[in-house]
Amino acid sequence: MTAPDTRRRSRFLIGFLLAALVIAGGVSYLASSSPDGLDSVTLHGCQVTETATGEQLDGACIAQNATEHPAATGPLADYSIGGAEHSVGLAGIIGVIVTVLAAGGLFWLLRGRRGPAAGDGPGDDGAHDHG
Amino acid sequence: MSTTDVAMHMSDGIVNAPTSLIFGVISILFVGLAAVRARADLDDRTAPMAGLVTAFVFAVQMINFPILPGASGHLLGGALVAILVGPWVGTLCITIVLVVQSLLFADGGLTALGTNVFNMAIIGVFVGWAVARAMRGLARRSRRGLIVTAFVAAFVNTVVASLGFVLEYAIGGAAGATTGTVLTLMVGFHALIGIGEGIITAATVGAVAAVRPDLVHLLRTAPRVAQPAGRGPARGEGSTA
Repeated sequence: MTAPDTRRRSRFLIGFLLAALVIAGGVSYLASSSPDGLDSVTLHGCQVTETATGEQLDGACIAQNATEHPAATGPLADYSIGGAEHSVGLAGIIGVIVTVLAAGGLFWLLRGRRGPAAGDGPGDDGAHDHG
Repeated sequence: MSTTDVAMHMSDGIVNAPTSLIFGVISILFVGLAAVRARADLDDRTAPMAGLVTAFVFAVQMINFPILPGASGHLLGGALVAILVGPWVGTLCITIVLVVQSLLFADGGLTALGTNVFNMAIIGVFVGWAVARAMRGLARRSRRGLIVTAFVAAFVNTVVASLGFVLEYAIGGAAGATTGTVLTLMVGFHALIGIGEGIITAATVGAVAAVRPDLVHLLRTAPRVAQPAGRGPARGEGSTA
């Protein structure tokens, strides 16, 4: 692998990481706070009222059966730092870092022992796809 | 009357314990299989890419976009990961995202992890992959073909993944709504969310293909010589040749 190739590759990977950090750390402030598709379905039939402790549900809906998450009082619960307002960005950045370390570490351990892929290794097509 | 926080994925208690257990077992077995099969797709070049794709999905899942007044949607990511890193690695990517969200951010229940993995990491990824695979001829032909493929695969993965929830609810759902109502609402909402999923997936895959087409699994899994004809192979050859 040539030096410019390596540099080009790491530049791409760094760019990808930066994109994830900007989205989780910044764009997340613009996210809609309305319930998503699944929650809209489970809340169907209920009246939702905001209270100090969360949402209060009145009526008959699936979400009435939902139980509290065991980690609901955890330090990062609901994408905030200890419940602090406007901390979604920092929580998101922590999430991206944890995810990239967990996933990157797992995939690095799992990778086939093929040595440094030369970029055009014939080994690439040996997998499950024969076309 | 009860209080609950709105989160992105299924909470505990929405389906009963036996159903959670069944889907938990299926998911564990399938993710184990994925870990074995993923090895063939992971090397020094693709492993870091797969790690970053996972973090990217985590980040984009935070961005709920409005679909109707009072309702939003967010990326599921099945077709996105399948196209970029392949279905086996992709299943692991989405599973990791769901585990981090549940354990760290209390988003998605613990006993519901099996059902959430089944719907998004297994159904979503493999349906997205099946559609992308079927359209691979088009995807190879041009950048535009790849973008169209990504959009369609993502739209279909969103709608079919939502059927996973309907299935689980039909088997062991708590009271609150009939299965027919759940089916109608889930498909209706997720047809709209699927459009957003399609746009995000098409934009992301298109952006990666513009700079590093060699990192797009869908373009790679066949004889390597078959680079997209026409406008494809021009990028970046100068520095490597």
